[in-house]
Amino acid sequence: MFRFVLRRLLEMIPVLWVIVTATFFMIRFVPGGPFTAEKAVTPEVLRNLEAHYGLDRPLSRQYLDYLGNLLHGNLGPSFKYANRTVNEIIADKLPVSLELGLLSLAVALSLGLTLGILAAIRRNTGIDYLCSSVSMTGICVPTFVLGPLLVLVFAIHLGWVNASGWYGPADRVLPCLTLGCVYAAYIARLTRGGMLEVLGQDFIRTARAKGASETRVVLRHALRGGLLPVVSFLGPAIAGILTGSFVIETIFQIPGLGREFVNSAFNRDYTLVLGTVILYAALIVVLNLVVDVVQVWLNPKLKFE
Amino acid sequence: MRRPSVLRLLSSALSLLALTGCWSRESPVQAGNRTQILHRSLGADVAELDPHVATGLPELNVVSTLFEGLVAEDPQDLHPVPGVAERWDISADGLTYTFLLRTNARWSNGEPVTARDFLASFRRVLTPSFGADYADMLHVVQGAEAYHRGQMADFAQVGFAAPEDRTLIITLEHPMPHFLSLLSHPVWFPVHLPTLEKSGPSAQRGGSWTRPESFVGNGPFNLREWRPGKTIVVEKSPHYWDAAHVRLQAIYFHPADSVEAEERAFRAGQLHITEALPVSKVDTYRRDQPGVLRISPFLDTYFYRLNVTRPFLNDRLVRRALSRAIDRTALVEKVTRGGQQPAHSFTPPNTAGYELPAGLADDSAAARELLAAAGYPGGRGLPAFDLLINSSGNHRVIAEAVQEMWRRELGVTARLVNMEQKTLLSLRRTRDYQILRSDWAGDYLDPAAFLGIFTSGSGNNHTGWASADYDALIYEAARTPDTAARHALLRRAETILLAEVPIIPVFHYTTVRLVHPAVRGWHDNPLDHHPYKQVWLEP
Repeated sequence: MFRFVLRRLLEMIPVLWVIVTATFFMIRFVPGGPFTAEKAVTPEVLRNLEAHYGLDRPLSRQYLDYLGNLLHGNLGPSFKYANRTVNEIIADKLPVSLELGLLSLAVALSLGLTLGILAAIRRNTGIDYLCSSVSMTGICVPTFVLGPLLVLVFAIHLGWVNASGWYGPADRVLPCLTLGCVYAAYIARLTRGGMLEVLGQDFIRTARAKGASETRVVLRHALRGGLLPVVSFLGPAIAGILTGSFVIETIFQIPGLGREFVNSAFNRDYTLVLGTVILYAALIVVLNLVVDVVQVWLNPKLKFE
Repeated sequence: MRRPSVLRLLSSALSLLALTGCWSRESPVQAGNRTQILHRSLGADVAELDPHVATGLPELNVVSTLFEGLVAEDPQDLHPVPGVAERWDISADGLTYTFLLRTNARWSNGEPVTARDFLASFRRVLTPSFGADYADMLHVVQGAEAYHRGQMADFAQVGFAAPEDRTLIITLEHPMPHFLSLLSHPVWFPVHLPTLEKSGPSAQRGGSWTRPESFVGNGPFNLREWRPGKTIVVEKSPHYWDAAHVRLQAIYFHPADSVEAEERAFRAGQLHITEALPVSKVDTYRRDQPGVLRISPFLDTYFYRLNVTRPFLNDRLVRRALSRAIDRTALVEKVTRGGQQPAHSFTPPNTAGYELPAGLADDSAAARELLAAAGYPGGRGLPAFDLLINSSGNHRVIAEAVQEMWRRELGVTARLVNMEQKTLLSLRRTRDYQILRSDWAGDYLDPAAFLGIFTSGSGNNHTGWASADYDALIYEAARTPDTAARHALLRRAETILLAEVPIIPVFHYTTVRLVHPAVRGWHDNPLDHHPYKQVWLEP
């Protein structure tokens, strides 16, 4: 397993290099630049600004400089936020996105697994239909509808929590619930399907025949196999929660990295675009690796190779 | 009507739950009213608090609380009132301004604000390598332009002098009657050089001095907290010369890049003042809560630029036809719906007493005649053209309305091309367009802030239109000390602009926002400037 992980980590390097290179040149070929504005700056000012940020040098030279700085962990200064470096912005905002993502994931898992297991063991009963309808609704209602609805009820009419912002623990409730619910719906459906498949297999009958309690059969024997589809879903889902938090961050005005990821492209903040892309790319590669490891651990039919 | 009633039922059930559960919470606005803490939304996030680098409106809002220039603005009509300078003398020829600084003007670290601080700050702005966006506002000072362009190396030759700690003399290149109102722009604010130099060369962007731990300003408020994307907190400064009259204890600025989220936060009691209001909500507030809705003219014109170097748009008759075929009244009443004024001039109304030229009235019959005279009766023979818009706000619906008016009245086909803002701006720079949506906000209350951009040498013209007569009038106006004579020259220039139609003015903007009734001393004005030292809360 150690060799497997090591090999995969080494494979990450060329992948990231390709991503950095492609992003570096693509963002430069997009029309407009960091200093393009409705009120045009004078050509002299523009020249001085470009000289200050080294944008007047040949592109190949800038690329090599960037790679050199990157190897030292230096992502450069931000163009839009003149007194901040990209490292600082990421250090400031990534924890917020991570907190939002992890809490939402906790909501998604606890809600999704409960609904999915309930639906599977009470198959084709009222409970199953109820759980399935709830999760179907969750899939159909987009976050930009659910979020404002929750705000309307709990923040504006009831006044229990803030409508937006990220100040106290209470401010975590609505965004995490909104983001979590959508993923909970998918997890519930996947869990139900996975559980049903496992519950019909011979080793479950054997476990029952040996006198194992129903709780033990479900939680110990069936759940392990039933979780497999959920685990393969979680890899991309976690990446989606982290990178796709843009909508939630906008609805609830959360100072996370998702908004910077999107807005940096509009601002042509070259270094911030690169910094966030590299970070998210690395996260996705690592998360896929984790999912692979967990899958082998859960499924005795798979081996590291 | 089924859905709303279900929602109402649900929320009233939950409200009942809340009442019986005794779950009452003091909202930030209620707490703020008690403790004189104002919560205001900013629109976009603040990029920079260095007054010489900051450009956007959110930045100007915060910066204006942290610094003070030689003169300040009256909260109602923005006329210049004493700031750091307690009085000033203007020489008879209108060229020399002598400012006497207050003895009790202090930096937030307690040190006195001196004339030398101003001198060093102006020098910083004009340093060529610094690249201050608004440095050209200082070009009216003698020698400043040459120094800024690097043609002159000796700053002592520039028309700034500080013979004593309290005396600052500014000598202008030519008389400028509205010079004092320029001085409340942040590019004229002083910065504390010793603090800047701690984190590197002073004339360099990106120094860390604007962070709360090292910040030094001279305004009524001081920076306490700056958490990007979250809040900027400024608190009353004890060192400010007029601290006795500052009633707010602190201001919380909240960045908000979604107008919908802003409106929800206002309703949830988190904001006293929003930056904007979604168009779809304007009618609801007009009907249900007219007391909190504030609509006020804003010094900003929405217009289309025409590329006069392109075939058939180089024909003045075609341009005039396109302009006259637009029913601007219908547009502002049916489409934009936020109290905007139909624009027949480029300069907005109520700009420092300037009387607007008549411009071209909306008249579809006249428009058809113009087009026929140009050789395209009923639009026949006129190829379809592109109207470029950027994909935000309601630019698309406005353009669709205009497109339909042109089709119906003139029989011409406009294709709408939607693109992202910076892509649009780069096409504007290379003049690779036919018609392009634009807007222009004045930096100070004067028609020159608008008309100056269409001179042939202006970096903001972008239309390819040039008129020697227009240039001469603008040049002459800038050197005319008498206001009435100056306005007359500017009006003649604008008349040329409007007759030639390198631009089609569409409407003059308004600010549309929600303001909590407890907010006092907040006056609507065309620049949307609100001197916070005169704002207070009274529930």
